[in-house]
Amino acid sequence: MMSLTSMRIAILVFPGSNCDRDMMVAIERLTGRRPSLVWHKESSLDTIDLAIIPGGFSFGDYLRCGALAARAPVIDAVLDHAARGGAVMGVCNGFQVLLETGLLPGVLVQNAGLKYICRNVTVDVCDTIDSPFTQNLETGTRLTMPVAHNEGNYFASEDELARLNDNGQIAFRYKDGPAHGPANPNGSSLNIAGIVSANGRVMGMMPHPERAISPELGGSDGATFLQGCLEALAS
Amino acid sequence: MQVIVNISLKEGVLDPQGLAIARSLNDLGFQEVDGIRVGKRIVLEVDETDEARLHQRVAKMCETLLSNTVIEDYNIDIPDGQ
Repeated sequence: MMSLTSMRIAILVFPGSNCDRDMMVAIERLTGRRPSLVWHKESSLDTIDLAIIPGGFSFGDYLRCGALAARAPVIDAVLDHAARGGAVMGVCNGFQVLLETGLLPGVLVQNAGLKYICRNVTVDVCDTIDSPFTQNLETGTRLTMPVAHNEGNYFASEDELARLNDNGQIAFRYKDGPAHGPANPNGSSLNIAGIVSANGRVMGMMPHPERAISPELGGSDGATFLQGCLEALAS
Repeated sequence: MQVIVNISLKEGVLDPQGLAIARSLNDLGFQEVDGIRVGKRIVLEVDETDEARLHQRVAKMCETLLSNTVIEDYNIDIPDGQ
């Protein structure tokens, strides 16, 4: 087993990314090693164990959220990494980018309530296919983490939703919990808050684990999730 | 040449913005408004004189970046008399 300190993790940075440094701090606290920040114009990635696409407003959300970032040079390197079975995680805007690349199916459209939502939500960890992103969490575990988005309303065709459900690709669903407000904050289909790819190696999620890494920040469920992912990827 | 790309949401895709605008128009007394779908209009200036080739290239732009074909349809208009 590889130690967490020897893990090589890259966090992509686009103009308008704003959770890259929070993610860097979260990962460094858990692994003891600072991940590298990779500018979107890079056309190659060093050998890595995990690529993270952080939250933010890449390219000002122009055209569609994540659309321009998904066509940046560094994404070709991420696609190659994913094609080799490499692990990729996208949070919030990073999830939107992954959908625009086609690595994950569906689209995140505007919140049903037309409002930007910034608050804690509770998600239920679902029974998924084998995936490093869920394997260390018991099915049914409740995690409370913040969301902060205007386009988090997951949409896919009925066939696609059925396929995700049947294949065990729904990783997180919004669930009633201590968080304030309705369980599903944005109208997301099947209460989807996060999904994984068919091979389990790519995950996209709306909640921000990097913003829930210590009790001083209002909770540490994000750290629990990230720790589980990192240990699974290191084993 | 100038090309106009109109992008619209596919049937069945929720358009919260369109719903809100329709509701506002109803509140303003425009009771005849039954529904609104909001789209995008993109005007391109393209260095190409062959219309067939132009159409083909712009269609590729729509498929590659300008539209997300999971939720959107696009329509390409090359105005006459250019």
